Amino acid sequence: MNTKLSILSGLMLSALMLTPAHAGENKCATGLTVKEGVLTIATGNPAYFPWVIDDAPESGQGFEAAVAYAVAEKMGYDKDKVEWVRASFDQSIQPGPKDFDFNLQQFSITEEREQVVDFSESYYSSPMAVLIRKPTMEAGATATMDSLKTLKWGAGASTTALGFITNDIKPDSDPLLYDDVANVTEALKAGQIDAGLFDLPTALFTSAVLLEDGVVLGQFPAELATNPDQFGLLMSNDNPIKPCVDEGVRRIKEDGTLKRIEAEWLQETTDVPVIQ
Amino acid sequence: MIAGVSTFIVLALIVILVPMAPGWEAVQKSFFNKEVFLKTFPKLLSAFWLDVLIFLWCAPLIAILGLAIALCRDVQSPVLFPLRIFGAVYTDIFRGVPVVLTVYLIGFGIPGLGLPRPYNSPYIWGSVALVLTYSAYVAEIFRSGIESVHKSQRAAASSLGLSNSDVMRYVVLPQAIRRVVPANMNMLIALQKDVALLSFIGPVEIFRQAGVFKSLLANFTPYVGAAVIFLAVTIPATRFADYLLAKQNRERS
Repeated sequence: MNTKLSILSGLMLSALMLTPAHAGENKCATGLTVKEGVLTIATGNPAYFPWVIDDAPESGQGFEAAVAYAVAEKMGYDKDKVEWVRASFDQSIQPGPKDFDFNLQQFSITEEREQVVDFSESYYSSPMAVLIRKPTMEAGATATMDSLKTLKWGAGASTTALGFITNDIKPDSDPLLYDDVANVTEALKAGQIDAGLFDLPTALFTSAVLLEDGVVLGQFPAELATNPDQFGLLMSNDNPIKPCVDEGVRRIKEDGTLKRIEAEWLQETTDVPVIQ
Repeated sequence: MIAGVSTFIVLALIVILVPMAPGWEAVQKSFFNKEVFLKTFPKLLSAFWLDVLIFLWCAPLIAILGLAIALCRDVQSPVLFPLRIFGAVYTDIFRGVPVVLTVYLIGFGIPGLGLPRPYNSPYIWGSVALVLTYSAYVAEIFRSGIESVHKSQRAAASSLGLSNSDVMRYVVLPQAIRRVVPANMNMLIALQKDVALLSFIGPVEIFRQAGVFKSLLANFTPYVGAAVIFLAVTIPATRFADYLLAKQNRERS
């Protein structure tokens, strides 16, 4: 099933690449890239499912890998003109020249961050979702704010989830914070926290693959979020390439490519209950 | 006088030359941002309190366990030989494994066995990891102190009719412990910084709090703020350790 799926998506991707109209037509980034003639794209190390499959963005498998290639193509870079590097969040916000043209790893666009780096138009907008384990559910946790307040929370320290926990959920005890999704999951397994807050696709993946008894308890209605999570491609500050990248994102939105990629890589999320 | 002038010149050069570097403005904005510093400093300071607490409950446990391990390694009776082996293996393992790994393994691993709350708290098991690691170092320091007490003193005490344990308690340890106070001060200073490693398994102490601000504001200034707070504690502690060492050297000479 999986291999079939990846072959299929590989075919789809190459079909996209071959569409004659685009390649070479739009050279708005010429002379502006880090490395002449190629587009250098960064992602996390490791990059997680379903954003990048098997930590191999070169394959174009996974939502962000596919988005990266689609944007690159609209900017006039064929698949073989794209190079990948890895860069952490810290490396991305440190001052000084960067070794990538843009970086995508579920970076939420925030006003504060925009003072230091540039973001493209958003390519995905994700609701926050609550991940718990069955024992917590059996102990009576429900998808209501009152119930959520009583849980012990955990989240990734460099995500926007923390602000959401402290400002919107306002739990009875202080949340614990971790470096990445893997560590939050470990703390869930160890019973040190009851619930983790993630973007919905990550929560769905973690519950399905990393946890044996994971349950996505619910997702937050978009209007509740003080700061709905919008993912953008991150670029160094005042990067002249920004208009070109924005244009690329706009075009994959307009011609339906983005919708198609989303449908292909991100699970159907409508069956996750909305938190009251 | 000469020392003063040369120090002044070096400082002046740093102050004048560093800002002339082409990237200085960007560096200043993301590392020495006054606005961010003022905004985050109070919260960092209160997060530091957690570090202090962890330090306060770990330090005595480390001293006790360290001393116990050191005594294990010094037992003379052949019946108790397994204790010697235990002491040696213990110090080898916990000095050999990086602290972070011990914190991860014990902080996530033991609670993962299924302990109920609150006994699976990362505070407890993270502290256990610190205590295990640091007591291995401290045990070696105590051991060196114990061995620095000349064998003839033990022989003399035994000949006065003191039992083995009394020799240790009334003759060797009082001298040994006093001799290693400066070395142990260094361990305390190191511990005071390593307490921040507990942040890896959940607790939001100063290092984590600074990290949160960093990603929220996309600015590294909170780390500088945290460094300032750490220095405010470690520099006086270091000077105090130096003072103790100097005092001891004077007394010995």
